[in-house]
Amino acid sequence: MHPMTPAPYRVRSRRPDRADTVTLTLEPLGGPCPPFLPGQFTMIYARGVGEIPVSISGRARPGAYVHTIRAVGAVSRALCRTRRGDVVGVRGPYGTAWDVSAAAGLDVVVAAGGLGLAPLRTVIGELIAHRSRYGRIGLIVGTRTPLTLLYPRELARWRDAHDIDVQVIVDHPDQAWKGPVGLVTRLLDRIVFEPRRSAAFVCGPDVMMRAVAADLVRRGVPAGRVVLSLERNMKCGVGRCGHCQLGPLLLCLDGPVVSYERAAGLLAVKEL
Amino acid sequence: MGVSEPGHRPRLAVWKFASCDGCQLTLLDCEDELLSIAAELEIAYFLEASSAAGPGPYDLSLVEGSITTAEDAERVRHVRRVSKRLVTIGACATAGGIQALRDFADVREFTSVVYARPEYIATLERSTPISAHVPVDFELRGCPIDKRQLLEVITAYLADRRPVVPRHSVCVECKARGNVCVLVAHGTPCLGPVTQAGCGALCPAFNRGCYGCFGPGETTNSRALNRQLRTLGMSDPDLVRVYRTFNATEEPFRRASEEAEDDA
Amino acid sequence: MEGDISPIVWSVRGTVEMDVVVWSLEPLVAALRSAGYSVVGPTVKDGAVRLAEISSAAELPAGTGDAQEPGHYRLTERDDDLVFGFAASPDSAKRFTQPPRQTLFRMRDREIEEVEPEAPRVALLGVRACDLAAMAVQDRVFLGGRHPDPAYRRRREALFLVAVNCAVPGGTCFCVSMGTGPKATAGFDLALTELAAPHRFLIETGSERGAEIVTAIPHQAATGDDVAAAEEVSRTAAGRMGRTVDTAGVQEWLPAAHDHPRWDDVASRCLACTNCTMVCPTCFCSTVEDVTDLSGEVAERSERWDSCFTLDFSEVGGAPVRGSQRGRYRQWLTHKFATWFDQFGTSGCVGCGRCITWCPTGIDVTEELSCIR
Repeated sequence: MHPMTPAPYRVRSRRPDRADTVTLTLEPLGGPCPPFLPGQFTMIYARGVGEIPVSISGRARPGAYVHTIRAVGAVSRALCRTRRGDVVGVRGPYGTAWDVSAAAGLDVVVAAGGLGLAPLRTVIGELIAHRSRYGRIGLIVGTRTPLTLLYPRELARWRDAHDIDVQVIVDHPDQAWKGPVGLVTRLLDRIVFEPRRSAAFVCGPDVMMRAVAADLVRRGVPAGRVVLSLERNMKCGVGRCGHCQLGPLLLCLDGPVVSYERAAGLLAVKEL
Repeated sequence: MGVSEPGHRPRLAVWKFASCDGCQLTLLDCEDELLSIAAELEIAYFLEASSAAGPGPYDLSLVEGSITTAEDAERVRHVRRVSKRLVTIGACATAGGIQALRDFADVREFTSVVYARPEYIATLERSTPISAHVPVDFELRGCPIDKRQLLEVITAYLADRRPVVPRHSVCVECKARGNVCVLVAHGTPCLGPVTQAGCGALCPAFNRGCYGCFGPGETTNSRALNRQLRTLGMSDPDLVRVYRTFNATEEPFRRASEEAEDDA
Repeated sequence: MEGDISPIVWSVRGTVEMDVVVWSLEPLVAALRSAGYSVVGPTVKDGAVRLAEISSAAELPAGTGDAQEPGHYRLTERDDDLVFGFAASPDSAKRFTQPPRQTLFRMRDREIEEVEPEAPRVALLGVRACDLAAMAVQDRVFLGGRHPDPAYRRRREALFLVAVNCAVPGGTCFCVSMGTGPKATAGFDLALTELAAPHRFLIETGSERGAEIVTAIPHQAATGDDVAAAEEVSRTAAGRMGRTVDTAGVQEWLPAAHDHPRWDDVASRCLACTNCTMVCPTCFCSTVEDVTDLSGEVAERSERWDSCFTLDFSEVGGAPVRGSQRGRYRQWLTHKFATWFDQFGTSGCVGCGRCITWCPTGIDVTEELSCIR
């Protein structure tokens, strides 16, 4: 099959998360649902409208992908509007993965900005599946407003049932909000971890990731153990269209998951 | 965007302001597709095709022509009010058209030269694009517009997706079509490198230089192009003239012509 | 890149062990045609040497030369009857391996149906060493990774390649600097060297199907003199490169020079028109267009040539990452000469000089590199 031809997937379930965010469970119409690793993405095609890369935010049994999508463009709007039983196209999974097991024996910092929590949900899943292998786990989440916070119920469950220190900060509080306000980096002071014996998984807007990663490294976390998920324009997902280059990297193949050690110098160059 | 609810055929209106009708005629020129269009859309108001004026509101309005009179400035506000989605078609509607050349001179002087009874002429000082008066949902460029692109805009509207109308230069289409570069191989002045694609590189396909009828592309380094056009023998008045045609007041072309004027 | 690089395999010598000499190309054209190939070769059209289908060797541009300089191309009349007396033509082989636009699939209701790729049997006559090298580069892009492209493979395999060793390099050629020419050493079915006094062609065989064609046409074994004359043609051509460039260490120094003032200088001359990328035989970047028909019943995706000089190319979240011409030109040049190695294990430049000739403002990559170095 041509690498640009998607396979038909049925929308098995559709759960509205927030005003503009929807979580879809997609299962193949025929054939297998290829296995994936945390941090990988698929290309999802809305019939006739277009195709976008979407990180996988979970697995549903038997054989289905879970994707959380925010309606920001024509394609994501069309995907968010799909109904149960609709058919979309899926290619992948593609890209590099978070090596969660490499954090065994270490404290773990998971830092999410906005929709960045969606792919990190698979990391949390791995961590709690083998909770005893890891030291302290801190999950820090930055979100626009209290109402745009993803997965609030799961956050509570992770905190209560799995010994994860969950901290949330918002840009714009509403009247009910009692928590902190500002940049997600502020939350690094609120969680406990031993920097030199820590690993970090970071996903969010470029600016947020740069700030968090730089802060973590300043505190003593080795740059090679701070791992980001980078975003560039991805058209093909298979290294043939050239759009997602970041210097030497083709982010669809060499990313999206890249260590800060590798990414820091590249992210520092304007318009790279 | 707003495709109407199921069962309802969206209503299309075509409006004309100061223009030559050429872009409206592009719709009639869609001979093979016209029946399919009529199957998907109710052509509710289209003076070129019929004299019946359907009452609003309209789901999709195609607007041709520029605003040159006070009455038209009022009428286009009405069009906006009765249209869910408004798409301007052609250089007049998107850039003021060739009649915007008046912007570089005194319109009263023109009227006194052209008309026997200039006092009968009530016209504005400038010819302005529709977007200068009301919010526009999409601008389709060209003098005239390209039939393929018009169909794409209508189809995209029906499918509720973004029309595939790239803003890159004519050169992309020119090379894809397999034309030889007239500028490099023949020394023919060509505005292709600073002009938005959409025509399918029509003129270069016939060994003519592009004359910019789709208006400035997304990146216009006209100073660099002007340097090259001068070495091909273009005079500064010629340079001013090539930018001052159908899209003369579009900022990058205005700047390009003024650069040539200043350098002269 | 991971995975096997599985380029098109060209079997070594076939049944014709020796180089041969032919006195006319007419039997070759006829043999290729009767083997089922459309023969596409250089012809004169629209004031340039263009690739077009030919039915006779008489349509080849005998006596035609070219003058190529930055931003400048003109045909010239030669004072001999050399059939291949010109340098790289505006057309490379790219449109035969990677068409400017191809429809990939259609979707009706819930069915996704691939569109059968067109892979016409074409014999390309007159392919230069730089273009063969470019095909090898594209093979790595489309076949060498984890996601090989079966349509590309079919098109590639349907091409019968008749190379011509360059006798008359152009003013913008620098294949010697890039180590790709002027003599074709691999990747061809047949390779011709045009020899004068008397006018004849030495043919080397590069594949079994090449050998079959040679067997089918009148030929005679090449003499030591023929071979020596052919070697002399390539040696002379190598000494006549219009340009040179020193790319030693370019992988290190070019990406490191991201703040060099020369980028601003070249940005003042760059139109961001995409011509360099369109004429480049290795530039592979593409984009997809998803459309529907009027009824909305059939959706279709096509893939078309794109360029890193467009704004959409790097658009993320509604804004381009590389908004300035500076950023876009730097991306192109750095990718072509340096980061291509990181991604595909080879340089992206084969020294054909097309980007120099066909840049409307005459930007010369060899000059830019020497200024940045």
